[in-house]
Amino acid sequence: MKAFRGLLVSVALLLAGCQSVLMSPSGDLAVQQRNLIITSTVLMLLIIVPVIVLTLLFAWHFRASNKKATYDPDWDHSTILELLIWAAPLLIIIALGAITWVSTHKLDPYRPLERVAAHRPMPAGARPLQVNVVALDWKWLFIYPEQGIATVNELAAPVDRPIQFKITASSVMNSFFIPALAGQIYAMPGMETQLQAVINAPGEFQGFSANYSGHGFSGMHFLFHGVSEEGFAQWVQKAKAGGGDLSREAYVKLAQPSENDPVTYYATVEPGLYRAILTKCVDPESPSCMTRMDLSPHETSDSGVMLQPASTRGMAAMADHPHSD
Amino acid sequence: MSEISTTLPGSGPAKPLAFYDTAEHHPVNGTLLGFWVYLMSDCLVFACLFAAYGVLGREYAGGPTAQEVLELPAVAVNTTLLLLSSITYGFAVLAMQRNRQNPMLVWLVITGLLGAGFITLELREFAHLISIGAGPQRSAFLSSFFTLVGTHGLHVTCGLIWLVVLITQVLRKGLITANKRRLLCLSMFWHFLDVVWVGVFSFVYLMGVLP
Amino acid sequence: MLAQTDLAKLIFGRLTLDSLPLHEPIVVYTFVAVAIGGIALLGAITYFRLWGYLWREWFTSIDHKKIGIMYMILGFVMLLRGFSDAIMMRAQQAISFGDSHGYLPPEHYDQIFTAHGVIMIFFVAMPMVTGLMNFVMPLQIGARDVAFPFLNNFSFWMTVAGAMLVMASLFIGEFARTGWLAYPPLSDIVSSPDAGVDYYIWALQIAGVGTLLSGINLLVTIVKMRAPGMTMMKMPVFTWTALCTNVLIVAAFPVLTAVLALLALDRYAGTNFFTTELGGNAMMYVNLIWIWGHPEVYILILPAFGIFSEVTATFSRKPLFGYASMVYATVVITVLSYLVWLHHFFTMGSGASVNSFFGITTMIISIPTGAKIFNWLFTMYRGRVEFQLPMMWTVAFMVTFVIGGMTGVLLAVPPADFSLHNSLFLIAHFHNVIIGGVLFGLFAGITYWFPKAFGFRLDPFWGKCSFWLWVVGFYFAFMPLYVLGLMGVTRRLSHFDDPSLQIWFQIAAFGALLIALGIACNIIQFVVSFRNRDKLRDTTGDPWDGRTLEWSTSSPPPKYNFAFTPLVHDHDAWWMMKKHHYQRPIGGFVPIHMPLNTGAGIIMGGLSFVFGFAMIWYMWLLAAVSFIALLAVAIGHTFNYHRDYYLSSEEVTRTEASRTELLASHV
Repeated sequence: MKAFRGLLVSVALLLAGCQSVLMSPSGDLAVQQRNLIITSTVLMLLIIVPVIVLTLLFAWHFRASNKKATYDPDWDHSTILELLIWAAPLLIIIALGAITWVSTHKLDPYRPLERVAAHRPMPAGARPLQVNVVALDWKWLFIYPEQGIATVNELAAPVDRPIQFKITASSVMNSFFIPALAGQIYAMPGMETQLQAVINAPGEFQGFSANYSGHGFSGMHFLFHGVSEEGFAQWVQKAKAGGGDLSREAYVKLAQPSENDPVTYYATVEPGLYRAILTKCVDPESPSCMTRMDLSPHETSDSGVMLQPASTRGMAAMADHPHSD
Repeated sequence: MSEISTTLPGSGPAKPLAFYDTAEHHPVNGTLLGFWVYLMSDCLVFACLFAAYGVLGREYAGGPTAQEVLELPAVAVNTTLLLLSSITYGFAVLAMQRNRQNPMLVWLVITGLLGAGFITLELREFAHLISIGAGPQRSAFLSSFFTLVGTHGLHVTCGLIWLVVLITQVLRKGLITANKRRLLCLSMFWHFLDVVWVGVFSFVYLMGVLP
Repeated sequence: MLAQTDLAKLIFGRLTLDSLPLHEPIVVYTFVAVAIGGIALLGAITYFRLWGYLWREWFTSIDHKKIGIMYMILGFVMLLRGFSDAIMMRAQQAISFGDSHGYLPPEHYDQIFTAHGVIMIFFVAMPMVTGLMNFVMPLQIGARDVAFPFLNNFSFWMTVAGAMLVMASLFIGEFARTGWLAYPPLSDIVSSPDAGVDYYIWALQIAGVGTLLSGINLLVTIVKMRAPGMTMMKMPVFTWTALCTNVLIVAAFPVLTAVLALLALDRYAGTNFFTTELGGNAMMYVNLIWIWGHPEVYILILPAFGIFSEVTATFSRKPLFGYASMVYATVVITVLSYLVWLHHFFTMGSGASVNSFFGITTMIISIPTGAKIFNWLFTMYRGRVEFQLPMMWTVAFMVTFVIGGMTGVLLAVPPADFSLHNSLFLIAHFHNVIIGGVLFGLFAGITYWFPKAFGFRLDPFWGKCSFWLWVVGFYFAFMPLYVLGLMGVTRRLSHFDDPSLQIWFQIAAFGALLIALGIACNIIQFVVSFRNRDKLRDTTGDPWDGRTLEWSTSSPPPKYNFAFTPLVHDHDAWWMMKKHHYQRPIGGFVPIHMPLNTGAGIIMGGLSFVFGFAMIWYMWLLAAVSFIALLAVAIGHTFNYHRDYYLSSEEVTRTEASRTELLASHV
């Protein structure tokens, strides 16, 4: 049967896919996700392979021209068999369901990391690197509040240091995804999502938007550099040396739609800019500014605790993180 | 066909089974069921609008709040009109069942007038809100408010047009079966709008205005 | 120039000569080709004086069989359009690497993938599924027509009106560039100010009305019009799946109507439901559209499951194994399909508990689905499996679908989805289940019921060519996408930098080419079968030795379907009748109550098209006029009480006598 050949082809293709970034990632979270994909697939193959084999076997053996095969024209019920055919998938799903529940909680992107990598627990007092991510039309802005710098379309982080991304968008929805590092998470205007991840190997990794966002979407990618601590310090210095100032005015200009933007560094960032972007208050007089609407005035700070913007409520509480600090 | 055995378990030696109905078979008319199903689907449209209001109902965006702009007394009058119209439609159906065409028409006209009164008051409320700058564009709360209440109003308007058409048809054809069926459908529609309004009244007005 | 005066603005709205895509050579050539083809078709109809025939016998027909056939034709025509989009995308992605940006600029490419999705789901799969249900289901339950014959005709023309709007967008203005679900904020008036999203909204809104009404209609038909003796647990499985599908339609499409209406309000009236300002919440759109969108998937696949059940039983020469558990599985899937919508956006950042809940409910659906697969498997067991084309499609389905099911369950594991979401792995998955499930099912159904509809079989040789090209083409086209997904390649990209990916896209493009040949074979198959119709003629009405009632009447069935309403004793009613040496009645016929044709449906469909078009281009005057006209025709139609007639017993006797003769001449 050609269908069987198709299956062989698909298995061969999947083997080829093992060289791919999702199957050989460099970040601990992505590694665990890879393991989960493999475990689940194997678990399901336990039932998929027999079904495919039986289909082809039955179709062949009970073909009309094979008069030697038993023909039982009225046989249409067997309680034991029916119990079995419901129980077999049920058992697989119970196992998979348990794995799902545990892994979804363990690999929750909001959850602070407990380990650097397999068998390497997080050292006590390790403070995650803060990176605020803004998806713009059609480029990525990364703000490093502790270092006081910002970059466009380039990201760097020290190897084995946890990173805490806080992610939002300026106008339309995107998805922040570095496959080698960790799974993706949406970047949505007026809302904030988080990702806690760590990179375990030095190198250059592809990052991009994984949610279609319009004309310049195809060019909306960046390089993520996994570097040593010294390398990171040098990188920060490079940004400070070669960059301009990211003031509100500069941001407004930057946020204009543009495509295939080159890497840009900003030596300074206006305090409170990320929060202003998140609450749509870059122009404080704008009618859509959320803090102007109904949040009481509070100190703007680009590090540490962020207050929730007003619009993540109600049904969108699903989009809201239930465990914000 | 050659492989079919002729004995069947349970078919026994009794008289041979009949395989067709020699009289013309009239299936039960499905209009009322169909209309019910339609109403349930319409109910889901309202469910979505209620859900939207539930999500956005407190998003005032610095604009007026429900407490500030909604006026319960006017709405109470409105509600009374609509509930009364449901009762008068009920009287119309009772008259219809006794084949008393003229009393039925009178009740239908009263129902229509009450419905028209409801729409008038609602339009006045909308006009007032827009005039004070609380139009549907002002905030997500007002968008969802206008859409939910307006969709209900639109349904009542359709009901009124339907009512006029049906009165004309009864005048022309009398209380024939088809017209009776249509009157019953409109009756379901009208009571359905009443029920939805009770939801709107409690969920939007009472819960929005009362502390 | 046109829009400079207020009068022109009132009449033409924002439509100007610039809206015509004269600067896009691909579109211009397409237009020329379509125009020539269209003129040739219209000319041929005029030349052969077919307008009157088409109007009387087809366009105004309220016969469920003819409406079903028209739905199938619509679906097939739109398949050609949707597939052209597909092959253009495959070609673009196969060549657009590094310095080459392919032949499609992003604004064009983005329209194509949006149109492809919209057309394939709404105007190919939906019409074909509705068409098969329309044609087959009343015959299976021994009814003369559906519950509301006029509504059926109206539903069809509303679907056509929606399809026409999508087609119009190709030549006048542009289609949406938002992806097939038009998520805001991308689809709001700020990010998409042009007419594309409005085409999307009105095409779906108008076609959605048709789908909803047809859902109500078929649902009531099944509940109220079954032949005497056909209890729920004696309904054929296809009818069961049709019932569940129509329940899903009735319970899901209103949500689509509501959410599109809200999006339209945001765009037209400046409200703030999904905007990013003044309190709007775009994520509510995503939730609502998937509350419709996930049941939609089951609306498509359940009837396909029904087709496979009928086909497997017929060609294994055995009753379906586990009828009851098949029915329960269908019902369970129906209910569960409402509890899984959030799995389409785990990555929105919901909490782990919410994500795992929806992940696990999704997995639970695979239990009844798995049971179904086993039921088909054990139907073949100890059967005499005859590999006619419908059965070949079924076996190909079983092998292909389980792979798609497996990757689907994998995507339901939230942490895995964080890596695979929106990737080409996802694309491969849903094409795996939609092509491997729905489309294979439709092909099985078409080949299976074609002789019933037209009185002759489809040519098996070209059918087999098409089968192998489709199946092999499918694996070539989509297995590479699984690999690309694992390589972290996301969907909807029109250009790539990494040259090592190109080979996979080229393999996929080759697969698409094979599928194109498969579609060509389909067309050849129709032509060849038509030319050899005398050789392929089915005189018995029961070419496959079938089991359900549709095979008890002639092929094609008379317009009243059954001279006498059948009485049912078993779920394989016709099989049982044959076992009991059923004697066909040849006399004693009585007049039959029949519905009358009406032109109201096509007129209202046409007016809806005009109204939708006017709304898209802000032609407020035309919109008002067409809306009032629509209302007037609808009300006018209710004044028509003369909707049925009695077919005389003489005519029934004549029709039945000619069948008796036909049966006697070919023993």
